[in-house]
Amino acid sequence: MEEVIIEINNLSKKYKDTLAVKSINFKIQKGQTIGLLGPNGCGKSTTIGMLLGLIKPTSGNVLINGKDMENHRTNLLQKMNFISPYIELPKRLTIEENLKVYGRMYGVKNLVNKVNETMEMLNLIKFKNKKTGELSSGQKNRVSLAKAFINDPEILLLDEPTASLDPDVADYVRTIIENFSSKNEKTILIASHNMNEVERLCDEVMMMKNGEIVDKGKSLDLIKKHGRKNLEDFFLKIVRGQNEIL
Amino acid sequence: MRFYRVYALFLRHFYLIKGSFPRVLDLIYWPTIQIILWGFISKFFTMHSEFYNHTAGIILSAAILYDFLFRSSISFNMLFLEEIWSRNFTNLFIAPLKVSEIVVALTATALIRTLIGIVPAILLASPFFGVSLFDLGPSLILLLISLYIFGITLGLFVVSGLLRYGPSFENVAWSSLFLLAPLGCIYYPISILPDWLQVLAKTLPLVYIFEEVRSILLNNVVNYSNIVSALILNFFYLLLSVYVFYSAFHEARKKGTLINVGE
Repeated sequence: MEEVIIEINNLSKKYKDTLAVKSINFKIQKGQTIGLLGPNGCGKSTTIGMLLGLIKPTSGNVLINGKDMENHRTNLLQKMNFISPYIELPKRLTIEENLKVYGRMYGVKNLVNKVNETMEMLNLIKFKNKKTGELSSGQKNRVSLAKAFINDPEILLLDEPTASLDPDVADYVRTIIENFSSKNEKTILIASHNMNEVERLCDEVMMMKNGEIVDKGKSLDLIKKHGRKNLEDFFLKIVRGQNEIL
Repeated sequence: MRFYRVYALFLRHFYLIKGSFPRVLDLIYWPTIQIILWGFISKFFTMHSEFYNHTAGIILSAAILYDFLFRSSISFNMLFLEEIWSRNFTNLFIAPLKVSEIVVALTATALIRTLIGIVPAILLASPFFGVSLFDLGPSLILLLISLYIFGITLGLFVVSGLLRYGPSFENVAWSSLFLLAPLGCIYYPISILPDWLQVLAKTLPLVYIFEEVRSILLNNVVNYSNIVSALILNFFYLLLSVYVFYSAFHEARKKGTLINVGE
């Protein structure tokens, strides 16, 4: 029997008069990579925020390994990590210093080895004494990934993991994510606007619109079900609805 | 509470200071300039004021202690602002850190920052102006503890505002102590204030701390009731500030502001 690692039950979030997330439900099995799609403002970030315990749900709950995020936040965050292009690491610290700080924060054992191993995996060893603020976008992205891998998380949440990267670096990053997922049976949730990325990395996708999950399934099944050529076409159909412009 | 997580947050700020000479210079520069300025003012008043006649250093001692309070509060605020400016804020709140661990780590780190700034200034005061804080005797320890607790308390109130209202609250971080300074009776006795302001001033621990400094240096009398009053008020305000900080954290989670706090 497959093990459910993330379970979302009737999860809603209301900001003043706006219902950002409307009673959504889903389950993610251990080892799955799931894409969370949807237009800007559809509730993806709020959903991720609630998964991370950063945002308190108005109703419903988030269960990680069967435990409620509201009551076991610190323990559950120990097994999770997150990257987003809107979050950076301290710019004045070197790569190695940043990884040591976060490694300690997550209680990583054999920290020196783990930091070196992570830097090697992301090809960062030669920059290890460089300040994070002095790195290129691609290098910074890899450092963020290194920080996300430092605690060997069971659940990895990625918000636009390749945003603003050139195709070469983006491909490199996707390969790293693929390897991380397949070798370690990790669970990954990716919010992305890059449909090629989602098709390549994700086992299944969930499509959000106006705070609701309007469809979910394997990319190919969804494309077929909606009579579209590819995932981008499917995305446009859902987002534009009746007012579809072709 | 886990020590390794507190240490990790301390380490983040230690690396920051260690890696930047201008940052260390900045920490030392302002307190030193303050002490030099107040040293000359103090010298002038000592020679020309009846109240301060023959009591060299009261004003300078008060200035050093006030600066200690100012540095502790600002250091606490700065540690939090650094996270906002560097856009690292969300990383801390998705790490398995408890709110209590953040408070303890910032309190300990703020003390180190404060000492880096204030110790050189204290050491300068003696050879240049013949003033030593050690003239306050053993009470000095209790006075410093009181000032430090109040500095951290103010820091917690300001940081709660940053959590609740975001970076737009930053200006309050800089001005919070200036607002309280006139009521704190740092350089003058409380009797100078109008009656109605005296009532307000007596709710602040600062009044008792600086009354005590004057009592020791002017009359050579240690008045423990002042010290106890200051500590009791400090304890009350500290508890209140911790409560406000937790409330601000829960409110920020409700409003969803933890995920996108930045410049």
